[in-house]
Amino acid sequence: MINVLFFAQIRELLGTPSIQLEAGEHVATTAALRTHLAAKNEKWARVLESDKLLVAVNQTLSNWHADVNDGDEVAFFPPVTGG
Amino acid sequence: MMQDRIVVQQPDFDVPAEYARIATDNSDGAIVTFVGKVRDFNDGSAVTDLTLEHYPGMTEAVLQQITAQARERWPLNFVTIIHRVGTMTLGEQIVFIGVSSAHRKAAFAACEFLIDFLKTKAPFWKLEGVGADKRWVDARDADEQAAQAWEQGS
Repeated sequence: MINVLFFAQIRELLGTPSIQLEAGEHVATTAALRTHLAAKNEKWARVLESDKLLVAVNQTLSNWHADVNDGDEVAFFPPVTGG
Repeated sequence: MMQDRIVVQQPDFDVPAEYARIATDNSDGAIVTFVGKVRDFNDGSAVTDLTLEHYPGMTEAVLQQITAQARERWPLNFVTIIHRVGTMTLGEQIVFIGVSSAHRKAAFAACEFLIDFLKTKAPFWKLEGVGADKRWVDARDADEQAAQAWEQGS
């Protein structure tokens, strides 16, 4: 399983903090996972296709070329605004 | 004696107590602290409250990484970072950064480096309240440029 987390606007717009996916070839990279989730419906497509979307794999900031494997935690979120 | 204290918490923090904690070593001639507060405006509109969300686990890891980076750049003794999450009202404290060092230049620079990096690297997000309305705060280009300036060695 791949645990997918959403934070801030992304979580709010999608209406869920997380989902779980079966690992597989169609989600073998962060880009593929994003495309797979965006294919759910129009709302998910709009939210996940934001050009400001960031991705972390196993709690480390990553990019759209990273591998995604069974057991990974992948998080999607907007640019950070703490401090 | 070198010590990191990195905390993400809902409750407020006590600045004199945090200061006292990093002021115990007489080999330190300099202590610099920064406190970030909830202010009453952003981009020209009134703000009534602020809610901070974060990514538990990743947040603490990033704060530890930026602390380690600061220690590579400057000879620091104590480093404390406390960041609150949850809902805060006007004037409340959001973040505390405190560093001690033998000399002031290292302490000033490290404190500024830590807040610049925290603002652009640590997974915190601000939700502003304007009465009953809520809006997510956009990341600022100026904050990103400040962090990039450190990475370019300036």
